[in-house]
Amino acid sequence: MTWDASLLWQFDLLILPMVIICAIAALSFKDLVSCAVISGAFSFLMCLLWTEMLAVDVAFTEAAVGAGVSTVLLLGTALHVKRKSKD
Amino acid sequence: MKKTALLIIAVLGILLLRAAEDLPFWGDPQSPASVHLSDYYLEESYEETSVPNIVTSVLADYRGYDTMFETVVIFCAGITVLIVLRRTHRRRAKVISPRPERPGADIILQTAARLLVPMMQLFALYVVAHGHHSPGGGFQGGVILGSSLILLALSYDIQMALHRFKEKLVLLFSAGGVLLYAAIGLACLFLGRNFLAYGAWAALLGISEPEAHSHGMLGVEIGVAITVLCIMFSLYIDLASGGDLDEGL
Repeated sequence: MTWDASLLWQFDLLILPMVIICAIAALSFKDLVSCAVISGAFSFLMCLLWTEMLAVDVAFTEAAVGAGVSTVLLLGTALHVKRKSKD
Repeated sequence: MKKTALLIIAVLGILLLRAAEDLPFWGDPQSPASVHLSDYYLEESYEETSVPNIVTSVLADYRGYDTMFETVVIFCAGITVLIVLRRTHRRRAKVISPRPERPGADIILQTAARLLVPMMQLFALYVVAHGHHSPGGGFQGGVILGSSLILLALSYDIQMALHRFKEKLVLLFSAGGVLLYAAIGLACLFLGRNFLAYGAWAALLGISEPEAHSHGMLGVEIGVAITVLCIMFSLYIDLASGGDLDEGL
């Protein structure tokens, strides 16, 4: 028996480009605070993807740790170092 | 320099994409990961542990040793940040970091936080306790508990949050959570079973062995939640205040 992996391909088509855009944006922005917020958005989109793959436990952890606490920790750090990244 | 970096990333990316072709399809029942042990967990875990959520039973029981050291890793990460950043009166920093401007107290924000914090804590306790039946468990519940304290520190200030939960207690409890986990495992050793074989508790508590597994898992999840709560809060107060715990964001 083979598994039909294209269960929700429309959903994938919507989320995956946004994940890639977020990843590139987080790397290319100079302002570290914007980068922190975008990495939070990236985590939230990944959380949606985990849910779509029926890994609800992983999605829950991603939402709590990735999108929640780590964004706050990154913001707290970004405000204390120089806000502009050099490269 | 930048061109070299781009070249390296491009080569690595192509290699990774080629390697990804060999990965099994998502949810493929014939993939190596799901032919050896998955069937056993799916069929036997409810009889052996009386926990309906197989993820929890694998995480906290079959792979309990892994989870214990994951908790230790979190503990070590928190302690390392503390060692690097924490400044006391005796250990003054030479560099004074630029502190962000802090506007006065915002009554809307503080009232909203005051309403939200108890809800978050109640939900976190539910997540910890209900991890046997639904997604959740010690890590997630601990993070939500920690973020409720972070919300308090964000909307008021760090001093107010620290007044409710002293730094000494935070550090004591972060070690205590790991120790609680290890103690539950060690007790099984003294009761004549393997480390973290929760079945040993059955005779002591007067319950059946699957129930003892379930209770043992709840115990270690509580230990994980305590450690994660304390480490998340400690990470925030150290990072946001630059180590002197005076003012946060």
